[in-house]
Amino acid sequence: MTTFIVRRLLGAIPLVLGIATIIFFVVNLAPGDPALRFMSPNMSQEAIEQVRVNLGLDQPIPIRYVRWLGALGQGDLGVSFSHNRPVLDVIKELLPNTLLLSVSAIGVAFVFGILLGILQAVRQYSLLDSVASIVGLFFYSMPSFWLALMMVLVFSLFAYELQWPIQFPGTDIQSVDYAFLSPLEKVQDRLLHLTLPATSLALVLAAGIARYTRGSMLEVIRQDFVRTARAKGLSEPVVIFKHALRNGLIPVITLLGLYLPFLFSGTVFIESVFSWPGMGKLVVDAITERDYPVIMGGSLVFANMVVVGNLVSDMLYAVVDPRIRYD
Amino acid sequence: MTDASLSAVLPGFPQMLKGRWGVGGMSLTVWLGLLGVLLNRWARFGAGWGGPLDHQIASLTVVAGLLGAWGWSMFDVSRPAEMERSGIGQWSLTARAFKKNRVAVIGVMVVVWIYLIALITPLIAPHDPATQASLLTARLVAPGGEFPLGTDHLSRDVFSRIMYGARISLSIGFIAVGISVTIGTLLGAVSGYLGGWVDTVVMRFVDMVISFPRLVLLIAIVALFESNSIFLIMAVLGLTQWPGTARIVRGEVLSLREREFIEAARALGFSRRRIILRHVIPNALAPVIVTATLGVGNVIVLEAGLSFLGLGLQPPTPSWGSMVSDGRGYLLDAWWISTFSGLAIVLTVVAFNLVGDGLRDALDPRLRT
Repeated sequence: MTTFIVRRLLGAIPLVLGIATIIFFVVNLAPGDPALRFMSPNMSQEAIEQVRVNLGLDQPIPIRYVRWLGALGQGDLGVSFSHNRPVLDVIKELLPNTLLLSVSAIGVAFVFGILLGILQAVRQYSLLDSVASIVGLFFYSMPSFWLALMMVLVFSLFAYELQWPIQFPGTDIQSVDYAFLSPLEKVQDRLLHLTLPATSLALVLAAGIARYTRGSMLEVIRQDFVRTARAKGLSEPVVIFKHALRNGLIPVITLLGLYLPFLFSGTVFIESVFSWPGMGKLVVDAITERDYPVIMGGSLVFANMVVVGNLVSDMLYAVVDPRIRYD
Repeated sequence: MTDASLSAVLPGFPQMLKGRWGVGGMSLTVWLGLLGVLLNRWARFGAGWGGPLDHQIASLTVVAGLLGAWGWSMFDVSRPAEMERSGIGQWSLTARAFKKNRVAVIGVMVVVWIYLIALITPLIAPHDPATQASLLTARLVAPGGEFPLGTDHLSRDVFSRIMYGARISLSIGFIAVGISVTIGTLLGAVSGYLGGWVDTVVMRFVDMVISFPRLVLLIAIVALFESNSIFLIMAVLGLTQWPGTARIVRGEVLSLREREFIEAARALGFSRRRIILRHVIPNALAPVIVTATLGVGNVIVLEAGLSFLGLGLQPPTPSWGSMVSDGRGYLLDAWWISTFSGLAIVLTVVAFNLVGDGLRDALDPRLRT
C-alpha cells in the first residue's frame, strides 16, 4: 500500500507540472495588462517602468515562467497584486473556510445520497422510488447557484418577513457581532451560517449520488451471494448493509474522486452567492482583478485537490473491496 | 370516419388512438400549437417574411412545422401495413425500447417544444427582450396581466426575455457539444485503435485536462480575453468538454478492434483511416449519443454559471444565467426575475437528461443506472 501511494504521488508530479504550465501560459498569454491597476494617467514613464519591475512584469514570458516554476519548487507562490501579501498566506487563511463548506457538503451528500439510493433500490418501482427519482432528477439538473438563491429567498428572506421560528442568515461565514458571542453561541452562529450554503451544495450532489447508488445496488441485490445470505437466515438489514452495500459502494466511491473538481465549481458559485470568504471567491475575484499570482496559486491548489482526491478514492477502493490489492 | 380524414384535421390523433401516443401526441401538439400561433399572430406572421432574419426563420418554422406534422401523419396512415414491420436493425430495436419509456418520450416532446419555441419566439413573444417599458410605472411589476412573468429592474418583460434566452442556451449547448463530440470521438477512436505511444500521449493529456479545474480555465479565458463573443464561449465550452467522450470512445474501440469484422477489414487491405472512420466509429457511437445528450444539459448549466458570474454575453442580450444574476439584487422586491429564469434552465436540463437517460437505457442496457 505504501509503495502504491508513493508511486502514485511520484506519478502525479508530471501531471501537476503540466497543469501548472497550462495555468501559467493561459494567464500570462491573455491580452490585458495586470500592471494597469497600479497606474494612473499622471504617473511618469519611470514610475510606470518601476511598477513593472516591481511586479516582475518587465521580463519576457519564458523567463517569468522559469522564475515562477523555480519559486514554486521552493513553496513560494509569489505575492498577490491585490492583497499585497504572499499568496500562500492568503490561501492558508481562506482554504479552511472552503474545506469546511465542501467537506460538510460532501459528508451530508454521501450519507443522504447513499441511504436514499439504498432505499430506492430495496423498494424498486415503489411510489417512493419513482417520486425520489423524479425529484432527484430535478435537483441533479439544477444549477447550484440558482438553488442557493432560492434557499436564501425562502429560508432567510421569506422566513424573516413571515417571522418563522428559524431564520437562516443568507450571507457571510459569521455574524458581525461574532467576536462578542459566548463560545456556545459562536458554534451556533457558525452552524447557522453554514446550513444554507452546505445544504444547497449537498442537495445537488446527493441527487447524483442517490442515482448512482440505486443503480449499483440494484445490480448487486440480484446476485447469487445476496440470495445465499438471505437463504442462510440473515436478517434483511444485515444482508443489505453488510453484504450488498459493501459491493454496491465500489462504483459510488469512484464518484468521490470525480466530484472533487465538480465541488470546486459548486463552491465558486455558492461562495459567490453567500459571500463566503473562500478559495472559489478568491480565484474568481483574482481573475476579474487580473491578480496573476493568486489565479495561478489558487488553481494549482484546486488541481492538487483533484489529484489527491483521485488518490484517496483509489485507496478507498482497497478498503471497501479487499480483492483489490495495490502491490 | 376514416383514419385518413381524421388525420387531415387532427394529424397524429389516429396514431394516438392506436396506442402510439408518443409520435402521435408530438405531431398533434405541434399541429395544434403552431395553428394557434398562426391564427393569433397572423399579422406578425405575414410581416415576418420581409423582416429581419430571425423573424423570417420563425415564419418559416411555423410553415415547416405545420406541413411536417400534417404530412407525416397523412403518410403514416396511408402507408400499407406491411411496411411497418420492415427491418429490425439495431436502430429500430433501440427506437422500440425507447418508446416504451414514457418519461423519456415526454422528455423528447419537451425538448422539441423548447426548440420550436426558441425558433418562433419573434412571433409569440409579447414584448421585445431589450426594450424597456416605462421605468416609472413598469419597473419590477409583479407577474400577471400585461407582463405574464413580471418585469425586471429595467422594466423589461421577463417572459419575453426567457423566450429569447432559450436561443442562446440552446445554440451554445448544441454547438459546444458538437465540437466536443467531434474531437472526443476522433481522438478516442484514433487513440484506442492505434494504441502504443499515440494512446499514451492522448490519454495522459486527457488525464491532465480532466484533473484541471475546468471552471477556473473557463472563467480565466473568458475574463482575461475580455470578450463577450458567443463564439468564444461556445468554443471554450466545446474544447474543454471532450475528454470524457474520448475516454468512453477509447474504451469501446479497445474491444471493437479485436472483433472479426475489423480483422476482415484489415485483411481486405483497407487503410487505417477508412477502418477508423467507416468501421470503428459507427460501431462506437451508442455511448457517444448518450454522453452528447447529457452533455447538452451540462453545457447549458455551465453557460448559465458563467453568465451568472458576469462573464457571459454582452447585455442586453437575454441569457438565463445573467437573468438569474440580475434578479439577485432584487430577491425580496421581485422574486420572479431569478425564480422563473432559473426554472427555465431546470426545465430544459431536466428534459435533456430524461432523453439522455432514456437513450442510455435503450441503447446500452449495461450502462443502466
